[in-house]
Amino acid sequence: MEHRADEPRIGVYVCHCGSNIAGKVRVAAVAEAAALLPGVVVSRDSKYMCSDPGQEMIQQDIREHALNRIVVASCSPLLHEETFRKATERGGLNPYFFQMVNLREHDSWVHEDADAATEKAVDLVRAAVRRVRFHRALEKTEVPVHPDVLVVGGGIAGIHAALTLADAGKRVYLVEREPTIGGHMARFDKTFPTLDCAACILTPKMSSVKAHPNITLWTYSDVTSVSGYVGNFKVVVRRRPRYVREDLCVGCLECIDACVYKEGRVPDEFNAGLGKRKPIYIPFPQATPQVVVVDPASCIRVKTGKCKSTCVEACDRDAIVFDQKEEIREIEVGAIVVATGFETFDAARIPQYGLGVYDDVYTSLQVERMVNSSGPTLGEVRLKNGSTPRSIGIIHCVGSRDQKTNRWCSRVCCMYSLKLAHLLKEHTGAQVYNFYIDIRAAGKGYEEFFDRLREEGVNFIRGRVAEITDWTMTPEEEGRLVIRVEDTLAGFVRRIPVDMVVLAVGLEPAHDAQEVRRVLNIGCSNEGFFMERHPKLAPVETFTEGIFLAGCCQGPKDIPDTVAQAGAAAAAALALVDAGRVELEPNTACVVDEACSGCKTCVALCPYTAISHDRERGKAAVNGALCKGCGTCVAACPSGAIRQNLFEDDQIFGEIEGVLVHA
Amino acid sequence: MPEPWEPRIVAFFCNWCTYTAADLAGVSRMKYAPNTRVVRVMCSGRMDPQFVYDAFARGADGVLIGGCHPGDCHYIEGNYKALRRFRMIRRVLREMGIEEARCRLEWISAAEGEKVRRVVNEMVEEVRRLGPLDLPGRAAEWDEEVSAHA
Amino acid sequence: MRYAYYPGCSLKGTGKAYEESLLSVFRTLGVELHEIEDWNCCGATSYSSVHNSAAFALAARNLALAEPLRMDLVAPCAACYLVLEKTKRYIRNHPHLDERVRRGLQAAGLRYEGNVRVRHPLDVLVNDVGLDAVRAKVKRPLDGLAVAPYYGCQVVRPYSTFDHQTYPVLMDRLLEAAGAKVVRYPLKTKCCGGSLTGTQPDVGVRLAWFLIREAKKRGADVIATLCPLCHFNLDSYQDKIARTCEKVSVPTVYFTQLLGLAFGHSEKSLGLHRNIVSAHAALASRSLATAG
Repeated sequence: MEHRADEPRIGVYVCHCGSNIAGKVRVAAVAEAAALLPGVVVSRDSKYMCSDPGQEMIQQDIREHALNRIVVASCSPLLHEETFRKATERGGLNPYFFQMVNLREHDSWVHEDADAATEKAVDLVRAAVRRVRFHRALEKTEVPVHPDVLVVGGGIAGIHAALTLADAGKRVYLVEREPTIGGHMARFDKTFPTLDCAACILTPKMSSVKAHPNITLWTYSDVTSVSGYVGNFKVVVRRRPRYVREDLCVGCLECIDACVYKEGRVPDEFNAGLGKRKPIYIPFPQATPQVVVVDPASCIRVKTGKCKSTCVEACDRDAIVFDQKEEIREIEVGAIVVATGFETFDAARIPQYGLGVYDDVYTSLQVERMVNSSGPTLGEVRLKNGSTPRSIGIIHCVGSRDQKTNRWCSRVCCMYSLKLAHLLKEHTGAQVYNFYIDIRAAGKGYEEFFDRLREEGVNFIRGRVAEITDWTMTPEEEGRLVIRVEDTLAGFVRRIPVDMVVLAVGLEPAHDAQEVRRVLNIGCSNEGFFMERHPKLAPVETFTEGIFLAGCCQGPKDIPDTVAQAGAAAAAALALVDAGRVELEPNTACVVDEACSGCKTCVALCPYTAISHDRERGKAAVNGALCKGCGTCVAACPSGAIRQNLFEDDQIFGEIEGVLVHA
Repeated sequence: MPEPWEPRIVAFFCNWCTYTAADLAGVSRMKYAPNTRVVRVMCSGRMDPQFVYDAFARGADGVLIGGCHPGDCHYIEGNYKALRRFRMIRRVLREMGIEEARCRLEWISAAEGEKVRRVVNEMVEEVRRLGPLDLPGRAAEWDEEVSAHA
Repeated sequence: MRYAYYPGCSLKGTGKAYEESLLSVFRTLGVELHEIEDWNCCGATSYSSVHNSAAFALAARNLALAEPLRMDLVAPCAACYLVLEKTKRYIRNHPHLDERVRRGLQAAGLRYEGNVRVRHPLDVLVNDVGLDAVRAKVKRPLDGLAVAPYYGCQVVRPYSTFDHQTYPVLMDRLLEAAGAKVVRYPLKTKCCGGSLTGTQPDVGVRLAWFLIREAKKRGADVIATLCPLCHFNLDSYQDKIARTCEKVSVPTVYFTQLLGLAFGHSEKSLGLHRNIVSAHAALASRSLATAG
């Protein structure tokens, strides 16, 4: 069917999009102007082209007027190109005899002058009309989809997505870079607003991951490269050596007791630096897998080779092996769910809040561990000097809603600050002050929780805290931390002395989000969170087909929203792999043999090694399965012998001519 | 009465970053100069220098090429190829006496709707300052000169 | 290293000691300063409240004079530094103001193209000269001398071009390089009283008192300043503070004077004799006093 219809009979449809386009662009005038263009047989404007009647109109016109080319001038092709291709196909034409014009995002929404917007619309429609006559019928390419799925990141989002997929019978690889899954949620004490214990609801899911026959769990591992395309990704995973054999270790922890370090020496990451751990350790009692890990940065044996290695002796299963090497695993999957999470804001970036300067200034994450009964203080809230705080200040929005650090609202800090206020009051009986800008309690049961806190006698002061200082002015302030704040409800500056300060730190993209993004070839928004394909209509898809997002890597959100998104991402991945086959955009390149001189310029240019040189024939050849349709080779071919479907030279020249014809 | 001259700029935007950024500018209702006409290509690497020359030859006053930021290309490195070609294109344009500011290459990621607005506005103003290029008119003059000497 | 130099009025008057110490420290470090010819008042804060665009033109004249020298412009007075920096930014960002300033300068046969970089000596010492070069010149480390580093407001706010806006640390690092013991001083960017010491003395002097009292409480032998107005407020009103607030006293010195001492210069050559509250006894207690 590789032919072009001889005489173009073009139908042009200009969409009002309600008033979205018609409010600025005089659509009837555009349709009238289009009607005069060569080849145009039918030109109409219509309220909503994407609606059933709009699509029906195209199909009917194709039949009645023997149209063989369709142009729809409406919104972005990224939104509705597929819709209109299908309508074109239903009308009996090859779907690629269609061209779309973006009159909404690129015209009516961004220009103020109606004359200029209308003129631009006419130009763009003319370009499409000139272009579409060069379109040709193309066959859809279909490729099989590998049924396995990769989930990157083992926090609650990754865990939930992996279990959903595995329960549906899919083989899932769950890759986590830390020695255990569980992510941030495993470090929380209680969850708002219900105050159910985080571990009690999370750890059963962690065990299910480990036990699930369909899940391959690789912790302490990184995804180092992803190649291929939707349905057929090739993924390389690096498993770092933990110097402990996962198949032998039973998590008895004898080795930790036996370590030559009698006490912990290294700040304990899991406890946000509050406690100390040994070089051989297990992050927390319910860690999954239940396998210890050796930290190469602090273990004497790893660093120097010289140590009595008492841990090795203590292990009666010979699970500790210091000659373990990193392992590289290559897998093939059809879809990828990215759930790489977030990091909390480093409050030391706001020096006037005194983190690291004053003993009793803590981050919210540290306080989560402090109030946790299995945390480093076994749930005791104590100041550095050992006493119980009588008054505590919780500072909201640290590293959130701030022009100097992060501008976004981190969405969870209000609620977790309320939760911590409740827990701290419960643990200590202290006066608790919350310093807030606004209370954002939008969620089921959230506002009610805020009401409850006020009834419990927690103090709320509206104002962004200026500083936390040990500069005291009265005997009452002596020896305490003073919170200076403009109380914007009372209308004056207050100094509130407290014993302990909690900084409610905001959420940021993980420090290596940029690297992860590059490996996966997905986009991210300005602040660095991964970008969804559409903010409303495609919230778990990415611009790379077959890669889906879940949880805070896409933007700050609480646990209920994270789980919901993880479910959605799993469902989207499932829909893809279950279909078994996927259609590819046929925008690949091909070599026109008669014109190819065999110069090999294109061969080296292709980033996917899709082009080879056939020595016998002295011609280049494109492997359609490998070609991704960037068109770089087309632009470089000195003899114009490579053609890119859907973006052929004469199609693009047609567009250029179209926009400039009356210039 | 002839209409007052308005700069006419042909923009070639890559599908994944800059075209999407222009969509974002639209969704965010940012307002910018109505002088550009966007031609979508899958990758800035698809930019055949002839597209640029053709646009000027047909009367464009400026050409804007938009691609993903270095390292962010959806096709790994198409934007580097675009950069290499862009340098060559500018040299050729210079030889022809076409001001550098009339051809511009910008890295605009899908998140940078604001940058689309800024770059388009800047470029329209710069080209407005330079005035009409009218390469078709000039070419006609050159033709006359050539035939006069023939 | 060569810089254009804009002293401003203070360094020729109340802040003479700042100029003396700055010049001798820079000389030791091989930093050349070229005072711009025929400089005028920066406009300070007062002129801009009288006539805004004329104030900018006044400041811009100094930038226009400095521009042909093609060197960064060092402005030691924090107020001058801020006004010049502000002028640069305002005329860059506000075309209508740029136009008025341009016309004003034109009347005087001058033009400013926007190419002068304004620098504070602290920035130059830490970022251009470098702490290692400073350390290399230290002959007499300020061992044991407890210093409260006081930055005031204008070098870090609102622009904070070279140090943190609310918690700057570069002077801490510099004085440590000279061997001093820098005390933790959370009031380092609080108000010194500014011109309120003259217009609303009960308010202004009280602010200066907070600074001195807290420095004392934290065991500082001296307060180091980098602004002539801060220095003036802290040095000149200790008498009044004793009468109206509390009898508390800590000598105030320019950070350049401390550096000069560490480099082995004499008190006199650094202008230390000009202090109202003498630092001699405090220096002597740490065996840092010099004969002259």
